[in-house]
Amino acid sequence: MTEGALPAGQPVTGIVEAQSRSLWGDVWVQFRGHKGAMVGCFIFFAIVFLVLFGPMIHTVDPTYLDYRAKNSGWSLTHPLGTDNYGRDIFAQVLQGGRTSLAVGITAMLLALIVGTIVGVFAGFFRWLDGPLMRLTDLFLALPLLPLLLVVVMLFRDTLRAAFGPETGIFILIVGVIGVTSWMQTARIVRGDVLALKEREFVLAARSIGTPSRRIITRHILPNILSPIMVSATLGIANAIITESAVSFLGLGFPPDFPTWGRLVSDNQNFIGLNPQWAIIPAVAISLTVLSVNFIGDGLRDALDPRIRGR
Amino acid sequence: MLNYTIRRLLFAIPTLLAISFIIFIVLDLSPGDPTGNLPLTIPPEVREQIRLSLGLGEPFPIRYLKWCQQFFINEPLNMIEQWTGWTIGSGERLRVLSWSTRSPVVDLVVERMPQTLWVVGMSQIVAVIIAVPIGVISAYKQYSIFDQIGTFISMIGFSVPTFFTGLILIVIFSVQLGWLPSVYDTTHRVTDWNSFWVQVRQMAMPTMVLALATTAQISRFMRASMLDNLNQDYVRTARAKGLRERSVVMIHVLRNSMIPVVTVIALGIPGVFGGAIITEQIFKVNGLGQLLILGIQGADIPLVQTLTFIFAVLIVMFNLIADVLYGILDPRIRYD
Repeated sequence: MTEGALPAGQPVTGIVEAQSRSLWGDVWVQFRGHKGAMVGCFIFFAIVFLVLFGPMIHTVDPTYLDYRAKNSGWSLTHPLGTDNYGRDIFAQVLQGGRTSLAVGITAMLLALIVGTIVGVFAGFFRWLDGPLMRLTDLFLALPLLPLLLVVVMLFRDTLRAAFGPETGIFILIVGVIGVTSWMQTARIVRGDVLALKEREFVLAARSIGTPSRRIITRHILPNILSPIMVSATLGIANAIITESAVSFLGLGFPPDFPTWGRLVSDNQNFIGLNPQWAIIPAVAISLTVLSVNFIGDGLRDALDPRIRGR
Repeated sequence: MLNYTIRRLLFAIPTLLAISFIIFIVLDLSPGDPTGNLPLTIPPEVREQIRLSLGLGEPFPIRYLKWCQQFFINEPLNMIEQWTGWTIGSGERLRVLSWSTRSPVVDLVVERMPQTLWVVGMSQIVAVIIAVPIGVISAYKQYSIFDQIGTFISMIGFSVPTFFTGLILIVIFSVQLGWLPSVYDTTHRVTDWNSFWVQVRQMAMPTMVLALATTAQISRFMRASMLDNLNQDYVRTARAKGLRERSVVMIHVLRNSMIPVVTVIALGIPGVFGGAIITEQIFKVNGLGQLLILGIQGADIPLVQTLTFIFAVLIVMFNLIADVLYGILDPRIRYD
């Protein structure tokens, strides 16, 4: 996206190859050259690292109500202070990050699997193309945020009863986000599969009697990996934003179970007194999404064969 | 073109029916009981009668058809009656009633529609006014400092959720500076310049929050589209025949680059209505989004159903508008 397109297939001249280069090696070299993507990678993995291992070092229970220390400022025991119930803000943000990232990544995986299956089937089997694409169009025309809120509200109690308060809501939110965000992936994948299906190597595979299932897993899937990876990054960003929006509207996880969106929502009433309570988790959401978006941008450039290998 | 528009309009009808059916099913499958919130002292017979009075006695397909009849036939007829003063038939029709307020849902929607339309509409206008010049300059001066900063800022605009920008604006402009009110006062009436100014001030923040997110998107598309056009042959021709650089860029390139951008704007508008749900919640604007949240919290099924369907109608309508506009603006596109 940052570069104009070069003529495809321009020979790489003047470089003496020291060793053989693989496709993913090329991609990595190109990706490393994208400054934004590298910074994004660094920040994203820093956040993941902090969220994963932070609670092991900072061992304050995020839900413990320490009334005597409520509304306290920065200190060694409470690095970011405490809220109006005396809960440690830093521990809450770390714990909330675990939930938000887990929701984001799981929902992305779900959307990716559904989108890829629909896309591959629509592209590969002609008789499925019409119905599946109409289905995709129908889903694209659904008002997703309202519907998502409605579904969360309606099915919350059932799932809570079936799987326990936290797991139930987790399954519900991940499921709902996954089911409402696979359409873009499906469209992109279908387009690529349609083009790949006509290529000679697929024809060759078919002519020696390879069954469709093996053609898909062996020849089609590896070749559509790059658009899938790009939509994976977009999917994480989208899922984290959606989850935080749902939590912000008060329909997400239960109140004693922090997520970033929930923390912003709970603390927005104190925005005049203690703006940092709401702003720290909001910054965490924004930074994560921003870094993921930059990674996606870099990946798209690195996987674009017209730019790569310059 | 007219032929195409009519065909698309006809195709929109089954789509909308399918969507309304899906929404109805989702709400119907929900395990909640609408009488669950009533006091426990109500005997079961009375409870059953309440359920019947809410229209829950019939089997699912009949309820769906009745809702369709109420929404697609009765409500439009009522509107015609109100506008023209005629009486069609007996004038007595069943309307879609909200469970919590017992008033017709359409009346509630009509009451709240102007606020949402104002905020969303203004935000789109502001977004276009900001985004188009940014896109033009960053494409014309590709890789300049301006372009780099523009890219970075639009990336932030993509990534920062609307509730965060809203909170930041409240902290800065309401809490710290005290310039703008943080709560939207809907009872405010514009009568003179003073009250107009108050209206402008209270609309500023909700509008800006929605506009920021849209600006990021439009300016990226504008830049990409300008870059595509700047290298075209007709631009070289225009320069070669001695036109001033200004008219080459502003007239020849800009007009052609606007074609895909217009469709992007139209396609984005339903998303802005979604964003408006959150923005209205932050600034306490009593628009459609807030009505939806109220309905969801109160388990007011008919209200939620109708509102969700109205959002779906908006999406389908704007998709149609985008496609038709594309065909009108770009003579190379032929749908037939």
